[in-house]
Amino acid sequence: MPGLEDLYREIVLDHYRNPRNRGELPCPPARRAEGFNPLCGDEVVVYAEVADGVVADVRFGGQGCSISQSTASMMSVAVKGRPLAEVEKLERSFKAMMSIVSDGDEVAPPADLGDLEALRGVVKFPVRIKCATLCWNTLAESLHD
Amino acid sequence: MSSLAATAKADFPLLHRDVYGKPIVYLDSAATSQKPQSVLDAMDAYYRTVNANVHRGAYHIADIATQAMEEARANVQRFIGAASPREVIFCRNATEAINLVAHSWGRTNLSAGDAVLLTHMEHHANIVPWHMLAAERGTELRWLHLDGDGRLDLRDLDRLLDGVRLVAFSAMSNVLGTIPPVRRIADAAHERGALVLVDGAQYVPHVPTDVGEMGCDFLAFSGHKMCGPTGIGVLWGREELLEAMPPFLGGGEMILNVTTEGFLANELPWKFEAGTPAIAEVVGLGAAVDYLSAIGMDAVRRHDVSLTAYALRTLTERHGELLTIHGPPEPAARGGVLSFAYGNVHAHDISQVLDEQAVCVRAGHHCAKPLMRCLGAVATARASVYIYNDESDIDHLAEALDRVGDLFGPQ
Repeated sequence: MPGLEDLYREIVLDHYRNPRNRGELPCPPARRAEGFNPLCGDEVVVYAEVADGVVADVRFGGQGCSISQSTASMMSVAVKGRPLAEVEKLERSFKAMMSIVSDGDEVAPPADLGDLEALRGVVKFPVRIKCATLCWNTLAESLHD
Repeated sequence: MSSLAATAKADFPLLHRDVYGKPIVYLDSAATSQKPQSVLDAMDAYYRTVNANVHRGAYHIADIATQAMEEARANVQRFIGAASPREVIFCRNATEAINLVAHSWGRTNLSAGDAVLLTHMEHHANIVPWHMLAAERGTELRWLHLDGDGRLDLRDLDRLLDGVRLVAFSAMSNVLGTIPPVRRIADAAHERGALVLVDGAQYVPHVPTDVGEMGCDFLAFSGHKMCGPTGIGVLWGREELLEAMPPFLGGGEMILNVTTEGFLANELPWKFEAGTPAIAEVVGLGAAVDYLSAIGMDAVRRHDVSLTAYALRTLTERHGELLTIHGPPEPAARGGVLSFAYGNVHAHDISQVLDEQAVCVRAGHHCAKPLMRCLGAVATARASVYIYNDESDIDHLAEALDRVGDLFGPQ
């Protein structure tokens, strides 16, 4: 098996122990979305405030495993202050790293994932991929109707 | 080492494989048990030498297939102390058995103003069918609560039973291991004119079962948790109740006659067995019942209690206050199902780390979300034992938990 150190990288555990942007935002102007992983009971709540096509602020809450919670923390740092188009690119790049590829993604230039790169090892643990993508799907829901 | 486990382990081929180069430590029998060689052989022999559709072929192997299926039914009948094989309905699993009762008995007998009494420790299989029925018929659902040790709080039972037509509850919690006083609840229910359905998915594989002694009206259980194959389960019901109930699914096998105007349902038990049944699985379940009967269910229960006592002691000694084990503290009051929390580490992470040591435990809400809410948890890790587990499996679990502490640090 791949070693657990591939999964539980130090930076991942740091975001798990010291989550960034954990909390809530007033709705409106922020929008709120909830995501559930029925397999393991992970719950994630994402608050996103969009102004002039930019994710002005983002917070997350919920309970879950180290992968779901640390991904949400890293994601919040990565998307804050970014234009929606870039956020979408980040989401696609992250999912591509998780080996989830949708139509036309091959031609999309890879985005710089920053800290999120530390989650690359998750792909070696297929049952954990859903833990890492839960917050991205929830964020997307909060950004779109 | 338990003498039962020492002999039983040899009968289970899967338990002799490695995982990541380490001997497998299988502690997830509450989800599904492993299968002994005799069950695998029975199913293999059925397909190699007997395979034919049952009940209508006037040729030799069809006759043998039919006999094999009905012998297995008689095996199951004896195993649970049923009065007649007509009371033993084969279905896919405990879930389907409960759905059968909700659909057939429930839709015929329940309407607005009636109530069904459930408990907070039910598996979703014994919750959702009643929610579905309630949505359709306006039936009220009521709930028995749990005390701090995960036992049913029966102080309110009499009050809650007012207007109740059915009490449906698990005889062994799949999360806490709690074994409620089945007979006492059944007697109280009957006094108030309510029927009793027991979810025996965890109980029947582990505890000597006699439906007469339990005093219930319906009993649902699955083959795959009791050394049998997946895809086969049993609904036992009292004959006069089953007689009065309309069929569940329509199709072949369940009819006596079909015309363009309508149909006449077959007699019990086939009335509830539409379509070609899972014949090989029925044969496998029959072999599983033989296997467990040869060991003796009293011996199975004694083994579970003694190993559970060892597990509670060993895990608590090694991990102290970091470890919280849910459910009744006395081994005799519970089954060999140990749900636990380790510090603040999420159950999914615990199970991932244990997997590295080839220790197989389940993590999640165990299809019991209302119970998780009572426990104040989103998920638990769960280790569960069966006849082939021994003290060394528990020792491996206790050791592997050290690594959880190493990785996630003091919480």
